[in-house]
Amino acid sequence: MSLAFSSAMSLTGSFTADVFAAHLASLPPLPDWWLERKRAAYARFAALPMPTRTDEAWRFSTITSLTLDGFSLPLPSPALPPATIGLPATAELAFVNGFLAAAVPLAAELRARGVIVDTLQHAFHHHEALIREYLLKQTARLGSAKFSALHEAFLTDGAFIYVPRGVELDQPIAVFHHSLTANGAAFPHTLIVAEDLARVTVLEYFGSSDDSQAQLAVGATDLYASHGAQITYVGKQDWSHRALSFHAHANVVRRDARIQSLNLHLGARQARHEALSQLQAPGAFSEMLALTVARENQEFDQRTLQLHQAPNTKSDLLYKNALLDEARTIFSGLIVVDQDAQKTDAYQSNRNLMLSEAAEASSLPGLEIQANDVRCTHGATSSRIDPEQEFYLQSRGIAKSAADELLTFGFFEEVLSRLTNEDLHDALRTLIQTKFKK
Amino acid sequence: MKPPTDTLAAPAAEATDNPVAGIDQTKGDFSYNVAYAFDAGTGLSEDTVRYISSVKKEAPWILEFRLKALKKFLSMPMPTHWATKDLENINFDKIRYYLSQGQKPKRTWDEVPDDIKRTFERLGIPEQERKFLAGVEAQFDSEAAYSNIKEVVAKQGVIFVNSTEGLREHPELFKKFFAKVIPTGDNKFSALNSAVFSGGSFIYVPKGVKVAQPLQAYFRINAENFGQFERTLIIADEGAEVTYMEGCTAPKFSTSTLHSAVVELVALKGAKIQYITVQNWANNVFNLVTKRGIAHEEAEIKWIDCNIGSRLTMKYPGVVLKGRKARGEVISIALANDGQHQDTGAKMVHAADETTSNIVAKSISVGQGRSTYRGVVHIPKHLKGCKNNTECDALLINSHSRTDTYPAITVRGDRNFVQHEASVSKVNEEMIFYMQQRGLTEGQAMSLAVNGFINDLARQFPMEYSVELKRLIDLEMEGSVG
Repeated sequence: MSLAFSSAMSLTGSFTADVFAAHLASLPPLPDWWLERKRAAYARFAALPMPTRTDEAWRFSTITSLTLDGFSLPLPSPALPPATIGLPATAELAFVNGFLAAAVPLAAELRARGVIVDTLQHAFHHHEALIREYLLKQTARLGSAKFSALHEAFLTDGAFIYVPRGVELDQPIAVFHHSLTANGAAFPHTLIVAEDLARVTVLEYFGSSDDSQAQLAVGATDLYASHGAQITYVGKQDWSHRALSFHAHANVVRRDARIQSLNLHLGARQARHEALSQLQAPGAFSEMLALTVARENQEFDQRTLQLHQAPNTKSDLLYKNALLDEARTIFSGLIVVDQDAQKTDAYQSNRNLMLSEAAEASSLPGLEIQANDVRCTHGATSSRIDPEQEFYLQSRGIAKSAADELLTFGFFEEVLSRLTNEDLHDALRTLIQTKFKK
Repeated sequence: MKPPTDTLAAPAAEATDNPVAGIDQTKGDFSYNVAYAFDAGTGLSEDTVRYISSVKKEAPWILEFRLKALKKFLSMPMPTHWATKDLENINFDKIRYYLSQGQKPKRTWDEVPDDIKRTFERLGIPEQERKFLAGVEAQFDSEAAYSNIKEVVAKQGVIFVNSTEGLREHPELFKKFFAKVIPTGDNKFSALNSAVFSGGSFIYVPKGVKVAQPLQAYFRINAENFGQFERTLIIADEGAEVTYMEGCTAPKFSTSTLHSAVVELVALKGAKIQYITVQNWANNVFNLVTKRGIAHEEAEIKWIDCNIGSRLTMKYPGVVLKGRKARGEVISIALANDGQHQDTGAKMVHAADETTSNIVAKSISVGQGRSTYRGVVHIPKHLKGCKNNTECDALLINSHSRTDTYPAITVRGDRNFVQHEASVSKVNEEMIFYMQQRGLTEGQAMSLAVNGFINDLARQFPMEYSVELKRLIDLEMEGSVG
């Protein structure tokens, strides 16, 4: 059957066994265990089927446009687009097409205290034990096993941030991933490990210089907060508007630790973002935030899992989408409370602001509760700007368009105001407002 | 009512291990040896379908419809990619698809054969009929044994017959809507029902007629390894109003029993249909039911759905809001005890401007029971002024109880409004403590708290049902604490 033939063809798309062999040959010397894992990952990738219309994990997603054909592994590029986080940073790493292009190193004093801000390539040799313990240890539970395997197989370089016990960093660390080649495939990766009582803020940026280039991005960000550690993470995804993006985000939170993550979704034609929070010990707290501005024919597909594995843990999720034009958003969230995770406090909320007649928002807020002494709630709403609020502002002499803009910013503000760092809050507010006006 | 002892055949499992489930089940947990004049045998094939159709003396188009449905059923996979794997435990080859003593229901209880009459008397049906019902149909396995409608109601032109009679005597009326709300291939079990359906009610309420008292159907499974596949179609013509109630019980056998109904409602302009179910199947029944209504302009369809029994219930009553200002509502109560999975929910498809829908679902999981809410709310493009409100609350009583919530909401455009809220909690300890301190036992306090949890929904049931519901919950809760 031609159908079977074509689906067999598209199992690997551009990422054939030959391309993988060439990729392995192009790499500098690497530890055997890692090469072994890459080979195993490639085998998994090649064997797993593409998502189908009936896959529950891909419900409402546009499946037909998920193609891995027509992409190639880009070469290093000499260009380095200007990018700033709008804040002074402790250290910076910038990757272009997956290769390190620029770095602002850590102050010697922090290095002396054991803080690491390094590339994975370098860390494979100099921090091998840590990398081996933490790199890509999160299984894809939300439907993207195939794409996670692709990421592992072709991962070349990324950021490794390690904060030792008791060290607190006041200023953020910034990581930039630029994809600058038409039809290029990028595999950005950031691994953040905060040891007991450590504190760190990391800002990550994903972007292209040209909104008309077709691109593929298959990324991963893993955060580990050990006992009493605090991680604040902000990711800003601004890929080309013709890009296809998959991203896996994992938070692992241990005793009394706290991870606050905020993902801004602005770019790509179709972006799938899978976020997992694992609350492993009492007192763990994960705050999962996301803001999406969906315009034109963009599709943002966000899947989340809050996994409560120990008693007395807390998670709080707030995902807000503003939809314009013919954009589509999908939010599918699941709170899972294990049988012995008593006293869990879990919250999940998805708010969609409908700003056009043709936009479409789907919400699948789910719960799976196996412990009885819990407080779990979720809510989902989809609506336009409240006409009463609009009327109030207009009655005070504010033009309708300005009133709508103000109310939309107010809608975003509920997420942004969760950030306790005021400078960060201000920087992001400016960014999102500029982006929205565009 | 004293249970008869003479021909009590299949010995009802006396005291079950679980005192909680045991007490509740006793009401329906008995069966009689009945000599069936018509038996389609065990297993499903084209011959089974032809047999059913021939004993019913059906028109050729119905046989054709059934055979097509059988093909559809066989070709469709089990929906286990989203539903529970427990579905795989249904052995379609071991089920008996048609058992009856005859196809024509009796009009008076005196004509009903003794053993069947005894069953319904024990369930209290004739008594309820005298008290507050406008009409009753009592289905025993595949066919209605009794069907009657009060003369005053019949005089208004209300038709209340079983599906066999409906298709035979009023084809022009029912054919127009039959299988139009729920197409054969809607899901695997609606296809199965379409192939082997028997029994169920066909109701037509003429223009402007408001039936003051409820019409009731009682579905009884008596035989072991049996599959009951009733098919109900209710048409309320313009401005008409009707309330329909169904109750169901079955004895507890060691083997599993299948109940797979299809219920279609059509509310024409300005009509109102209220459909009330109190499902109290035995814990070996797979209850896989498709229920959907179409509400035309300014019409209203309300499903009140209460699931207490069965091993697995999968039921998501739906309303297609087809006309402007149509309104749909689902009120759902589910109680899952040991060995039970109540997978229930609602489906609201908005297809016209200014349509509104409301879903309120409350579930209680006791012991190792599992309750699941699944919902679909769909507001497609270019509609305006549509509103949906969904609330689902789950109460977990014991540490092994489980609850899941899986709603799916799709909205297009900026002129509609949906909100969904769900919560999971346990019974407030302070509340229990307060009641205990006033002299109630922990069990009594728990019953009171659970009844309080569903009270606002239970009040929407007719009085007789809501009293019964409270009693059932008290019984289910007994001994569940600690």
